[in-house]
Amino acid sequence: MSLNEPLVIEREVKPLDFLAAGETASEFKDTLRSLGISADLCRRTSIVTYEAEMNIVIHGGGGSIAMKMEEDKITIVASDEGPGIENVELAMQEGYSTAPDFIREMGFGAGMGLPNIKKYSDELVIDTKPGKGTTLKAVIYLDSGEA
Amino acid sequence: MILSDIMALLEAEPLSQKGDFSIDVECAFASDLMSDVLALAQPGSLLITGLVNVQIVRTASMIDMPAVVFVRGKKPPEETIELAGKFGIPFLLTAKTMFETCGLLYQAGIRPCPCSKRWG
Repeated sequence: MSLNEPLVIEREVKPLDFLAAGETASEFKDTLRSLGISADLCRRTSIVTYEAEMNIVIHGGGGSIAMKMEEDKITIVASDEGPGIENVELAMQEGYSTAPDFIREMGFGAGMGLPNIKKYSDELVIDTKPGKGTTLKAVIYLDSGEA
Repeated sequence: MILSDIMALLEAEPLSQKGDFSIDVECAFASDLMSDVLALAQPGSLLITGLVNVQIVRTASMIDMPAVVFVRGKKPPEETIELAGKFGIPFLLTAKTMFETCGLLYQAGIRPCPCSKRWG
């Protein structure tokens, strides 16, 4: 693939809009598929985006998600100005959750969001400050194979 | 196993006639926790769930799941139906419980989708 300029798509994510949650992930998946990216990489990128999107919808008070497509990698950056994560190590543990019950009733909020993002990405950096917000950056390499 | 045979076995109704009921399904994943579906289910597996919100369709679409079975007599709301139509994912509605649904499908030869190991 020859991309002189990296392809960047950025989308707004609205707070508590559960009907729209996942739209960005679907769009990114479609875009990657139309670029000829393998089904596995499309799926991994869309899951990372979807979980990050859900986090912004549930916890972040809204924000944005961007996908950058370069020759060798796909980068997802999810940003919000929400309450931040008090203890990132704890939030990375499977099953740890601060989500309210109505989120759990939708099939989310069981403390699998960040672990899933880590599982499906090759690199993950979470920059968060209590009271200021969170920026999550996940990188998926095109030659990283199945995860 | 062909989706229309699964429908007969589960005494299920299709939500609409849209979608391909001749697809062949070999494995399934049953859960009401979408994050676990995202973490563990493999593409091509049938989704069995008792949740009916719009995120079920999103999840099935992300994992490239060919169809969804709604158990316990649950009927999805309009927005779920609409989105499923957009993605072309067939829905089956059965009054059976999740346990019975899984049992019948297993007996008929459907197997768990290969899951990546969580621990160790």
